[in-house]
Amino acid sequence: MTSSGVGTGARPAAVGPVGRAIVAGHGEFAGGLVSAVEQITGRADVFVALSNRGLGADEIERTLRERLVDSGARVVFTDLPAGSCTIAARRVLRDRPDIVLVTGANLPSLLDFVFHSAEPPGDAAQHAVEKGRAAIARVGTGTPGGAAASGR
Amino acid sequence: MAVELYRIDDRLIHGQVVVGWGQPLDIRFIVLVDDDVAASDWEQELYRMGVPPGVDVFFESVDGAIGRHAEFARDPRPGILLTGDIDTMRRLVAGVSAIRAVNVGGVHHRAGRVQRLRYVFLTPEEEDTLRALARSGVAVTAQDVPAARPVPLDDVLASRDDG
Repeated sequence: MTSSGVGTGARPAAVGPVGRAIVAGHGEFAGGLVSAVEQITGRADVFVALSNRGLGADEIERTLRERLVDSGARVVFTDLPAGSCTIAARRVLRDRPDIVLVTGANLPSLLDFVFHSAEPPGDAAQHAVEKGRAAIARVGTGTPGGAAASGR
Repeated sequence: MAVELYRIDDRLIHGQVVVGWGQPLDIRFIVLVDDDVAASDWEQELYRMGVPPGVDVFFESVDGAIGRHAEFARDPRPGILLTGDIDTMRRLVAGVSAIRAVNVGGVHHRAGRVQRLRYVFLTPEEEDTLRALARSGVAVTAQDVPAARPVPLDDVLASRDDG
């Protein structure tokens, strides 16, 4: 899965620190990633997890909007480009141009975000996209007896 | 019939549809039937962006879908037809007698609805509509993903899932 960013995070006023971000997706995707980030970095204050489980499209969008307001987050990470959380986030971006969406998020992308969280949201999100994309790799050929290989 | 699945899902195009059903059925086209989406270029672009290359999406109003259904049914590629609510599917079935099975894939919580399954919440009116569909000879089952067991309508309505 590759990552891609949507939106610039531009806002009319001066750009401040990123603060927190929302991680949203299917099942325990968000909670699991946030837990992993905390285990690795000790930071439990960067991400807010949101699961779409049991929620309709309207409810996902409403919940996402509430979490963004409550947390002051300016970046949303989602799992699938076609997922309902991504659709909801794109709807939010329509009237919140200060928000940045990163879809196809993975653990390396979130870890990178933690360490760039003082940057403007668009920049931090772009960093995260690049890190997430670069981190996925194949190791081995999957062929019994075959030579080990690595490729991207 | 080229339309492999007639699905009611209030999330319309999303992960379960594109990946969960789309991959095992090798879906090559999606017919999204919704009067509002069919009238909005912005909504169409929103849903189109989530669909993988090689999968066509047709946005139709109910009347448009009724008019083009025979064309979709003749398409040699496997496809999925989606509506976002039960009443839209009822209107479609009323105009297309060839639809013999309907999948309730996701009707989520809203005021006035009672939870029947983890992913199915229904108002009394929606239950009546599904019963009427079944009485007309349409096989109505609930099933969120292919790996799950299809739940017959009678079992859906007899169950009450409190979460």
